[in-house]
Amino acid sequence: MGRLLLRRGGDLLFVSFGVSLLSFLMIRLIPGDAVQLMLGANAEVTQSQIDALRHELGLDQSFVRQYIIWIGRLLHGDFGTSLTTGRPVLAEIAAAAGVTVELTVLGLVAAVLLAIPLGCAMTALRSPSASLAVRLLSIVGITVPSFWLGIMLLYGVSMLLPGWTVVGWRDLTADPGGNLRRVLLPAVSIALPVVASLARFLRAAMTDALHQDYVRTARAKGLAEHVVLLRHVLRNALIPFVTQAGIMAGYLFAGSVVVEQVFALPGLGRLMIGAVADRDYALVQAAILLATLVFVCVNAVVDLLYAAIDPRVRAA
Amino acid sequence: MTSSAGLVLRLGLTLVVLLALAALLAPWIAPAGPNAQDILARLRAPTAAHWLGTDNFGRDVLSRVLFGLRTLFAVSALSVLGALGVGGSLGLLAAWQGGMVDRVVMRLADVLFAFPIILLAIGVIATLGPGASSAAVAIGVAYVPIFARTLRGPALQLRWCEYVEAARAIGASTPRILLRHLLPNLTSVIFVQASLSLSTAILVEASLSFLGLGTQPPTPSLGRMLAESRSFLTLSPWPAVFSGVAILLASLGFNLLGDGLAERLDPRLRGV
Repeated sequence: MGRLLLRRGGDLLFVSFGVSLLSFLMIRLIPGDAVQLMLGANAEVTQSQIDALRHELGLDQSFVRQYIIWIGRLLHGDFGTSLTTGRPVLAEIAAAAGVTVELTVLGLVAAVLLAIPLGCAMTALRSPSASLAVRLLSIVGITVPSFWLGIMLLYGVSMLLPGWTVVGWRDLTADPGGNLRRVLLPAVSIALPVVASLARFLRAAMTDALHQDYVRTARAKGLAEHVVLLRHVLRNALIPFVTQAGIMAGYLFAGSVVVEQVFALPGLGRLMIGAVADRDYALVQAAILLATLVFVCVNAVVDLLYAAIDPRVRAA
Repeated sequence: MTSSAGLVLRLGLTLVVLLALAALLAPWIAPAGPNAQDILARLRAPTAAHWLGTDNFGRDVLSRVLFGLRTLFAVSALSVLGALGVGGSLGLLAAWQGGMVDRVVMRLADVLFAFPIILLAIGVIATLGPGASSAAVAIGVAYVPIFARTLRGPALQLRWCEYVEAARAIGASTPRILLRHLLPNLTSVIFVQASLSLSTAILVEASLSFLGLGTQPPTPSLGRMLAESRSFLTLSPWPAVFSGVAILLASLGFNLLGDGLAERLDPRLRGV
């Protein structure tokens, strides 16, 4: 386990370095002069302003030096200031990330809670036509655009319950009821498309577990079939299932970045789209870098947890 | 089992062929131009004159969907083909050379793979500026590591196959072995991965256009159409319904095709 930890730690460091380098290159690769572009067609821009911004971005230094200076600042928590609001980029991102994280987590929880009973029910049905139905359902689900589903849900709810959908954001801590009301439909929009494929995965894992010796033992000692399924088959199938759900978190995150636009939620997606339109490069760069690093770390933790639970993975 | 296996493949193939034909023939089969307005028939529900209704400018929704499919397919196919060319070559090279080259290429793929696709795409578009070609590049870059990984594994296995050794023994050049002996045996893997990648690339293109980062007006685009239709959703939901269904069917066709192909080529997957 120690060796594995060390190797994964090394991988993590290397990937983080690569991710930071690519994020750094982004601004450098902008065709033309980024500073001119950032200041826009404003005629009142003076040369000293251009020089000041160039200096702030470190564009007057050599390439390697620029990267080192940039990383040094990042490690001190200085991600630069937003061109549009003038506030520190990190503060802007922190404010928006809460919304996206809440939406992603809620979507994931909803998807898992729906997928477990569905997966169990589908395991009980073992005919070939049931297999086909499960397969088709999971494929159709995963190809439903979550932003379209969001729009359709919004339309349906506004027709059935006029006045239920509300705009404007409420913080979870300040107004839990109002928060839930605003985040419920978006969470459902990102969760529903993945439910069937998560359930299909659980079904495959459970079918796999059904053929193990301990299941035969459980049956041999006379346990009822539903007890066998829930206590022995489901519990063992949950380990790969949880890993799969972790992988799905990335998918749900991507969904929430787009769905925020549908429901006008002030999350990372909206922040980044606005920043791209405003050419607020420091903000775009920091948001991509931080979100990616969070994912790299989450994946590493999931990997290690899996290895800790399952000794077979450790040996591999 | 075998009948269900064929069914998924047939369903996917039918959908893909029908939609591709509709997109290709759009200029001839569409009842109107994508931007032609019928001011007197705005926000209409589906009728005999406008099969899928009209939008807020009186534009025919069916025509816009057909022309939108063209853009959707063009952008996603271009990006996946580009990613296949670059990523596939890198994967083959890594498998063939092994050692340092392999390690460097696969580490680079790991780095690129670490980015969530939508974030990487937004980053590339922030750099290149919004537009259909930027979106194609953005999606292509995001899929490069996927093809590099998918081709490296099987190529690594084939590298030590007897017929490859035989080809080397009779003095065949490296490009010849790669193109004439390795690549033909990888076609099935390539088709499956390309089909599944197209399915998701279609969703990413639609997302980017929906966010205003992809295809720009006046080029018809399904994502953009969906975004615009939100402003008159309560007056007429039809443009929103049909543009979304078109995106779904396009993505679904390629996903079924990829899933059906994978199963046909790998009997172990049957019945899962």
